[in-house]
Amino acid sequence: MKDRCETLVMAVIKEIAEMEGVAALKNPEKGTKLLGATLDSLGIVLLSSELEEAIHREFKIEVSLADDRAMSQRTSPFRSVGRLAEYVAELASEKLAGQQ
Amino acid sequence: MNFVITGTSKGLGKYLALSYLSEGHSVAGCSRSESTIEHPLYSHHQLDVSSENDVAKMIRKVVSDHKVIDALINNAGRASMNHILTTPSRTADELLRTNFLGTFLMTREVGKQMCRQKKGAIVNFSTVAVPLALEGEAVYASTKSAIETFTKITAKELGHFGVRVNAVGPTPVETDLIRAVPPQKIAEIIDQQAIKRMGEAGDVKNVIDFFISPASQFITGQVLYLGGVA
Repeated sequence: MKDRCETLVMAVIKEIAEMEGVAALKNPEKGTKLLGATLDSLGIVLLSSELEEAIHREFKIEVSLADDRAMSQRTSPFRSVGRLAEYVAELASEKLAGQQ
Repeated sequence: MNFVITGTSKGLGKYLALSYLSEGHSVAGCSRSESTIEHPLYSHHQLDVSSENDVAKMIRKVVSDHKVIDALINNAGRASMNHILTTPSRTADELLRTNFLGTFLMTREVGKQMCRQKKGAIVNFSTVAVPLALEGEAVYASTKSAIETFTKITAKELGHFGVRVNAVGPTPVETDLIRAVPPQKIAEIIDQQAIKRMGEAGDVKNVIDFFISPASQFITGQVLYLGGVA
């Protein structure tokens, strides 16, 4: 699950890098910083929206990445690629477990 | 154009859906009850607009079918007339859920798609009960006050993406929503309007047409009241 989510997050970030012309995100790594470093709050909104779509395509589940901490540079799940992949894996695992 | 309209089983929502369908637009509608509209360009989604999961599923299906959503009309709403001292908390909760939470969830889910498209128009529903501060409508009017603030802030947050958000504030219109309101109360409201008559569904549609028109691309974050109420 964690690996699948990491691959998924990397793919979506590359798409966002293309769409928004963010050179620093064309080859993302787990440690790549997102919120406040390579993406502003509007970029995070777009990333969140595209990622929800991708999660639905991959796992056939509805998840909402809306989070009260989303725009906090200290605790946001969007603060780095690695943290975002972990967050997506947590949400997807919870959702899939709930379906069983 | 592709429309999403909430609360299409009766009243204004049904009128708006049928009007836009007759003009050749496609409409995805929803209500808690089954569809009351049969039309090749209409799709119905039976759901509660305050259910996060149901709203997300509906919008995903609409996007999958139509690719683009041009306009969202957040019409679904509930009304209740009661003195604050005799209003049950359950009623307040239901009004908040349908009137505010429903509008928020629909706007959030449709907003994601409109931001991808980099265009779209959202029209929310307020009421003249807000500026008139009508006695007996404390809870209902408060949910609509929330809609007005939500409209203005959402307009700013989505404006960067080419998405416009406005609200219409109708006077009383002959629908189920006001059926339980005493005629004397309606007369008192009409007396406070500059133009002293009941509103008609066409009056509301006229404002929506104005808001969603491509010619209105410089208009967002506005609340327009009918009947000359300011």
